[in-house]
Amino acid sequence: MSITSVEKDYDTLTITLIADFDAPTERVWQLWSDPRQLEGWWGPPTYPATVEQHELTPGGTVTYYMTSPEGDKYRGWWRIASVNAPLSLEFTDGFADDEGNPMPDMPVTATIVQLSEHDGGTRMQLRSHCDSRAHMDKLIEMGMIEGLTEAVGQMDALLAV
Amino acid sequence: MVVDKLSDDEIDRLFQALADATRRDILQRSLTETLSVSRLAGSYEMSFAAVQKHVSVLERAGLVVKERRGREQLVRTDRDALQQARRALDDLEATWHARVSRMADLLSADPGTTR
Repeated sequence: MSITSVEKDYDTLTITLIADFDAPTERVWQLWSDPRQLEGWWGPPTYPATVEQHELTPGGTVTYYMTSPEGDKYRGWWRIASVNAPLSLEFTDGFADDEGNPMPDMPVTATIVQLSEHDGGTRMQLRSHCDSRAHMDKLIEMGMIEGLTEAVGQMDALLAV
Repeated sequence: MVVDKLSDDEIDRLFQALADATRRDILQRSLTETLSVSRLAGSYEMSFAAVQKHVSVLERAGLVVKERRGREQLVRTDRDALQQARRALDDLEATWHARVSRMADLLSADPGTTR
């Protein structure tokens, strides 16, 4: 088992994961830096990933799609915040529409990956923060309650006639 | 609040709760901030008891929760969203578990030569 520890913080919606691999840091870094190798693990085998754009530079973009068993394509994007090969990578990722543009209403995940030498192998520490609470809050704020109150407001108006 | 899973009674309570301008106002305000009942009461031209009653109606409809902090009763919108967010984090954990195990598989298939 490669995963040494996982911590979930429900208050900040952050997951911190430590995994130890029996391979040199440079080799583990290739899993991230080589698009063909990234394709080998980013998506599940049933939804294999195809990486199109892969610019691991600050401000750079990675775009990919995953193909469902039915042949449907689901697109995603990364925006690179910082890179320090072969030791660290910071990026946000999310879903994209058919043209590859980020979808504004979908959750976004911010991830920091750090690699270090550990016991002759490599330790990967990963912190991933999902902002879906903000999104849910926004959905509730913008849509659901508003929709309900509007509907009821209209009922009020109709009843007042 | 999962609308498609509400019973008829719950829907009645929900609409009853929303069929009042003061209650809708309380609901809107407690979305963005956590207010005490007394602070809310100060914003409306009605008695503390009347405002408390409105809050109770909202609470029964499952739209807000009341929390006691010291001598104050705080009102905030009940967030099923929090549950959803927890699920999102659990999903994220499962995703990374699977990814790490695929990474390990790739590494054992080709551990590299620099070592």
